[in-house]
Amino acid sequence: MTAEIILFWLFAFLTCAGAILVAVSQNVVRMAFSLVLTLGSTAVLFLLLGADFVGATQLLVYVGGTLVLLVFGVMLTATGPFTRIKSSPADAILSGLIGVVFLFIVASTVTAVPWVDSEDGNDISQKIKIGTHTKSAEGGFNPAQQGNTTRPLGLSFLSLRADRDLKLGLPSELSAESNTAPVVPGASVVMPGVTPPPKSSVPPSTGYLLPFEIVSVHLLVVLVGAAYLARTKRRATT
Amino acid sequence: MDTLFAANSLAEFLQALLTLVGIPISAETAYLIAVVTHVALVVGWFGLPAGLFIWAERKISARIQDRLGPTRVGGKFGWLQSLADGAKLIQKEDLVPKDADGLMFRMAPYIVVVASLAAYLALPFSDGWTAVALDTGLFLTLAVLSLEVLGVILAGYSSGSKWALFGAIRESAQMVSYEIPMALCALCPIVTAGTLNLNEVALLQSGGIWNWNILHPFNFFAFFVYFTCATASCKRAPFDLAEAESELVAGFLTEYSGFRWSLFFLAEYASMFLVSGLATVLFLGGWDDGLGILAAIKTASPTGVGSFLANAIGLLFFLVKASVLVCVQIWVRWTLPRLRIDQVMTTCLKYLIPISCFLFAGTVVYPLVLATMSGKTSIIGQPAGERLVQPKKAAGVSSAGAKNESHLRITATGTEGSSR
Repeated sequence: MTAEIILFWLFAFLTCAGAILVAVSQNVVRMAFSLVLTLGSTAVLFLLLGADFVGATQLLVYVGGTLVLLVFGVMLTATGPFTRIKSSPADAILSGLIGVVFLFIVASTVTAVPWVDSEDGNDISQKIKIGTHTKSAEGGFNPAQQGNTTRPLGLSFLSLRADRDLKLGLPSELSAESNTAPVVPGASVVMPGVTPPPKSSVPPSTGYLLPFEIVSVHLLVVLVGAAYLARTKRRATT
Repeated sequence: MDTLFAANSLAEFLQALLTLVGIPISAETAYLIAVVTHVALVVGWFGLPAGLFIWAERKISARIQDRLGPTRVGGKFGWLQSLADGAKLIQKEDLVPKDADGLMFRMAPYIVVVASLAAYLALPFSDGWTAVALDTGLFLTLAVLSLEVLGVILAGYSSGSKWALFGAIRESAQMVSYEIPMALCALCPIVTAGTLNLNEVALLQSGGIWNWNILHPFNFFAFFVYFTCATASCKRAPFDLAEAESELVAGFLTEYSGFRWSLFFLAEYASMFLVSGLATVLFLGGWDDGLGILAAIKTASPTGVGSFLANAIGLLFFLVKASVLVCVQIWVRWTLPRLRIDQVMTTCLKYLIPISCFLFAGTVVYPLVLATMSGKTSIIGQPAGERLVQPKKAAGVSSAGAKNESHLRITATGTEGSSR
């Protein structure tokens, strides 16, 4: 357990250090690369929590996509060799104030939430184990070692909620939901795909298929819009 | 932590072995040793191909150009040439230009190296022999590979030289564009296999050459498009516009020398091997021998020595296949002329992206059409679904999403919840 705690503190520190560097430094490109540090370390924190899909998405979207675009923008619009931004003391005071207020909101939210399971009243932090050092499963690796970490997530996009319909263990990215999800009494660990419908009054959930498809169509609209805006306006009048 | 380093099996092996010998060690110590071993293996393999393939490149290019290449260092064939080059490069002075942004100029090579090293995390070398087994293996690999371009931009921008800046802009435009067809073509075998887990993609192709994805009609063409894009993303000729010597001195590398310059090259050869290894896993059956012998051995002895030997031989097959692909990249570099930047972009945007979109759509529709027409989802080889229900193959390692309940992860929370 100690190794991942050390890693957690290391990357938590790097996340914060990068964020502070973004605010403190005056060179735009250095700011962008401090942002790389922050976002990359956040991705590592996700990976440490076992949320590898979220971590990889964080890397792909923010570091590999948004930041490259940002640096491109800076490089192509800069007037001098190394663009500098100097903020006035009033700005610094104002943004500092906003930052402190935001920190207060986050801290009060975290402390206000009772981190106990609503069903049995046990401390959640004892239940969600970060990368539990388990013995291998019978006949080889346990599911986590095989890397079966995102399957419940994928199944829920196919209208099969592993946490509600199958009553299986969850990777950490879904575990927050499992604590509020209704319990299906009597259901035990079963095979995926051949699940008999749980005998309970709770109707089977629809999963996230509809939101997923709506988001996909939304992205398509955004793509078409971007292509329309970016195309050359050659034939304005015929 | 077991999700970070799949080191538990080695740890348990060590613990059992040493207890047997008479030196009992604690679980934590065994775990630490296992983690260090895994890290050392991956880092070692990150460094080795650079030396190996630089030598191979010198020899192959020399033969292509009717020369001999290095012949003296290390006795025959000049096989120690890379080591001698490395020693020379480390001794060189570490220069930072006056106009450069020193900190970022020094940092850039490390970003490139870390990006291409981290991409090795999810690459399986043999059945279960991977640093991190992940359901999102390919996704993470592509995400990490997309970071490399940041280091290149940083190198070009912070050098304070117009050649470097031109090179960086060209390079980033090229890498960002070629990522799209590359990812689309890598998705074709993923659709065929139905999983992003690289280990499972390779396992699904085991048992004979007729099961390999390259014999799938759409994946066949996807392989060539993927390989073209992979060559471009490694900044290799004919796509090496970023360091076009005749136009840009050396592109984003202009101001670099000595050790930092060699880091860029280390990363280039490591990513060459990485994309080749990825192509091997996705299209060429991974560690499969093509005759079904290794798969038969593993079915016969799912645990113990037989399975281990089969895995070790499979590792050799994997390395040979990937190395052949690297040699193809070298061969292409020394026989094809360099494209112009507009030709590079046209190739990608006007040809490769539409082709890969078509191939992707075709891969999705193909099994549906076949199933309606002939009731079977493939012509050559077994349909993927039939390969799944084969008896358990490997030693406990998930036989391609095996149909047992260990399929889904059961954590402490889950078992507690169900036992209530």
